[in-house]
Amino acid sequence: MSTAAVTDKRPSSLRGASLPKWSPWAIAAGSVVVAVAIGLIGGLSSKIQWGLIAAILFVLGTYGIAARVEGRRQAKDRVATSLVWVAFLLAVIPLVSLVWTTVSRGVKVLDVYFLTHSMGVVADSEPGGGIYHAIIGSLEQVGLATVIGAPVGILTAIYLVEYGRGKLAKSVTFFVDVMTGIPSIVAGLFILSLMLIFEMQPFGFAGSLALAILMMPVVVRSTEEMLKLVPNELREASLALGVPKWRTILKVVLPTSIGGITTGVMLAIARIAGETAPVLLLVFGNPFINNNPFEGAQASLPLYIYQQYAQSAGANAAYDRAWAASLTLIAFVMILNLVARGIARWKAPKTGR
Amino acid sequence: MDISTKTTDAPPPTPQPGVTEQKRNARGASRPGDRIFLGLSRGSGILLLVIMAAIAVFLTYRASLAISKDHGNFLTTFEWNTNLTPPTFGIAVLAYGTVISSIIAMVIAVPVAVAIALFLTHYAPRRLSGPIAYVIDLLAAVPSIVYGLWGALILVPHMTGLYGWLNDYLGWTGLFSWDEGAPRAMLTVGILLAIMILPIITNVSREVFRQVPRMHEEAALALGATRWEVVRMAVLPFGRSGVISASMLGLGRALGETMAVATVLSPDYVIHLSLLNPGGGTFAQNIASKFGEATEQGRDALIASGLVLFVITLLVNGAARAIIARRKEYSGANA
Repeated sequence: MSTAAVTDKRPSSLRGASLPKWSPWAIAAGSVVVAVAIGLIGGLSSKIQWGLIAAILFVLGTYGIAARVEGRRQAKDRVATSLVWVAFLLAVIPLVSLVWTTVSRGVKVLDVYFLTHSMGVVADSEPGGGIYHAIIGSLEQVGLATVIGAPVGILTAIYLVEYGRGKLAKSVTFFVDVMTGIPSIVAGLFILSLMLIFEMQPFGFAGSLALAILMMPVVVRSTEEMLKLVPNELREASLALGVPKWRTILKVVLPTSIGGITTGVMLAIARIAGETAPVLLLVFGNPFINNNPFEGAQASLPLYIYQQYAQSAGANAAYDRAWAASLTLIAFVMILNLVARGIARWKAPKTGR
Repeated sequence: MDISTKTTDAPPPTPQPGVTEQKRNARGASRPGDRIFLGLSRGSGILLLVIMAAIAVFLTYRASLAISKDHGNFLTTFEWNTNLTPPTFGIAVLAYGTVISSIIAMVIAVPVAVAIALFLTHYAPRRLSGPIAYVIDLLAAVPSIVYGLWGALILVPHMTGLYGWLNDYLGWTGLFSWDEGAPRAMLTVGILLAIMILPIITNVSREVFRQVPRMHEEAALALGATRWEVVRMAVLPFGRSGVISASMLGLGRALGETMAVATVLSPDYVIHLSLLNPGGGTFAQNIASKFGEATEQGRDALIASGLVLFVITLLVNGAARAIIARRKEYSGANA
């Protein structure tokens, strides 16, 4: 179909024949039509199969046509291009589906009542109830984890960038790298082993400790990157005026990089806010409101989602609540992310270009 | 004359730079503020080391309590009965399940992630690639429990068609035979894990591809290479080590993923050859699902399996870091 178009406009003898710009779209449309036809005739029920057939036809068709008109190498190039596009579109489907389902099913029961009531007197399979207790638990646990994790992380980064030389700094750097990879459940098991030794019952602060362990390496890494961006001239200028090193760090280095550090801490908070496994082991979950993180089991948003899913034996009311809680959690995490990135852009690193 | 007096009167008068450095450090350290601040920051560095050591020590301690009571062989027993009076448990099934699900995830995720990274850096229209990269960044932040909920309620029902098809055409291999159960099996877990680790592998690979020297690409183009040939000859060789370490970071996540596996898999303490039949388990999933009903003895056994997971992820991440360390520019730790 396209050979005619090609022979019409061949611009110069230096360029080989090439397919017109619309040809990928034409081949794509053609392969979709053929795939639908095959699907209907062959009686294939699954839309996924239709999609797969269309994709295969598209790749084969592109290669065949391009190889005839433009030559082997161009054909390979076109196939690679279409494969890259197909991979991208394939990957987008689940991700879009995830966001779409969470939003569309989450808004069903998400209202002020849902946000301000607990599950105290509501059976898991009944409609009603809310996530107030889980929000309280999440905020307290994540807040306490941040209070512990962020200062330790920032101070460690300061040590590594401003003071660190020699063996200690090297081993800290190495173990920070290793620590970023610890699965959250292992951090939970570590605190659990301590609780077993001291014979303690689950309580919110134990979860905070595990979350703090997960948070520290992330904060160290991002703060380190930010401190390295601070121009050395600033430090030298301050030191040359006779300002002690610690005041230089507090008054010159940190203010210069505060935007980036805040971003890093917020991203770390967003990450630990969604952790379920350590909370499941250490805080245990509780349908009632418990405002005291230091005594008694608490709830938390991610744990609430898991328990609504796992303990409700397939009741629709519980699934609705799980989706609504997911939407709340995602919204919280996304807002943190967006604000953090906003701060990063607003306080862009002041390097002398 | 004038100049010489000035130089001698100046506060740091020594001509040798090494000596100046030493003196300043010595004076700096003697100030109480400096000493406190150095102590604090060094202390928190040491605290991190202490935490890592404590994790290893306490997990090993509780694990040794459990393993000493274990009636079966910890490595080869196909059972997890921690409530028997001599408890009998072993990690064979968990090790198999963890490895298989991660392999499936890697086989799917790595090529797709590399393709997306190439798409963003070399194929997409420039106006599109910025926002898409941003969205993928955000997707990396979606909590794993949400992926788990989506996997269990949306992905699982959609897998039936694929399972039937695989069973019809590839069932004879044994790997893809299916007995019509709910598709809550290793293949679904692998696919879900692949979706979850896609953003992180894409992000790190994208950073690497972006750093390919412009000159290499232009040289290839000038020699008449097509876009694909540029990618194959200039971009991929440059980015290989980066892609490998990105994959290892993704593998680390897949190995330790708990909630997504726990919601999707219907666990069963057996090893199926087929990837489509429900059953099996992973280290992390087993800990989350068995924890609720476990006695203290059972919890120690779970800690023992967690110790194995800890060691595995340490090795994988260590390897990834070693590869990254060779090219310091792109550390994937913030991704």
